[in-house]
Amino acid sequence: MLDSSADASALIERLEACRRRYPASDPEMVADIVRAVLSTMRGDLTAPETALLHEVAELGQVIANAKAEIEALRANDISTSHIPSATDELDAIVTHTAMATEAILETCETLDTMAETLDPAYAAKLQDATTRIYEACSFQDITGQRITKVVQTLKRIEEKVTQIITAFGVGEAMPAAAEEISLSSPISEEALLNGPQLPSSAMDQSDIDRLLASFD
Amino acid sequence: MTINKSMNVLIVDDYKTMLRIIRNLLKQIDFNYVDEATDGAEALAKLRSGNFGLVISDWNMQPMTGLQLLQEVRADARLKSLPFIMVTAESKAENVVAARQAGVSNYIVKPFNAETLKEKIEKVLGHA
Repeated sequence: MLDSSADASALIERLEACRRRYPASDPEMVADIVRAVLSTMRGDLTAPETALLHEVAELGQVIANAKAEIEALRANDISTSHIPSATDELDAIVTHTAMATEAILETCETLDTMAETLDPAYAAKLQDATTRIYEACSFQDITGQRITKVVQTLKRIEEKVTQIITAFGVGEAMPAAAEEISLSSPISEEALLNGPQLPSSAMDQSDIDRLLASFD
Repeated sequence: MTINKSMNVLIVDDYKTMLRIIRNLLKQIDFNYVDEATDGAEALAKLRSGNFGLVISDWNMQPMTGLQLLQEVRADARLKSLPFIMVTAESKAENVVAARQAGVSNYIVKPFNAETLKEKIEKVLGHA
């Protein structure tokens, strides 16, 4: 029997300790244990004890419901099929745009070579045109980096889904997720490497020039 | 200001299309002696064994980043004064500050145009 709220707190602390000690325990097993404990309770219970036991029983039911819902959602498909498929599609975009860019560059180089045989005025005009094309082709590098960021985000989602699936004992266990980068830690080079910024939040060349000049 | 355009320029980027773009843009402003590396480690080996007058490097590369390459260059007695331009999509203020603290000569954010590249090269080599 529980004699006071202090005992109830002690019980909660013990449950919390068990949760830390066995983080990957099968929720169904926990629910079974709760049911078994409840079935062995004898004698009169005080109102707080009854409330606490009721909460514990409901918790077991919530865990069982969540597990059933995750199974019904076929969450395993997210990490085994949907996300790998999406990342493959994105990789294909990078590959195909890279091939197209290479073809454009090759054509420009041919034009540059031809320009050397032309009248200087025409050659200059042609070179101006190819310069604009070279500049525009750098989009491939930027989009490639943006897509890489999206792929990394998808992989993080995949890891989180896998963690949830593993915690609820749905489907097969998957590898552990990579450790997270703390936002509060000192700036490491890894934290500096964020790839292209969105135009709305990026510094442009003039901002960078001003910042650099501030050091002089 | 007279710029020596017959110098060897090393361009460093893990993305070969970008190397090709920069090489062509350099050719259009008469820098015809251009060598390439696809990461910092390869670049450092080329710099230590060759004779280069300018480095134009991306930042985000593996296994050695552009920042690490810059730090290695500045720590090398023979290379420490080599003009070094970072060309990168990393455009946050902390990136620019980190590069400046490591001794970068100038910083170009991608995407860039030919005029910006020319202007920064002239500025860096004019001070070299």
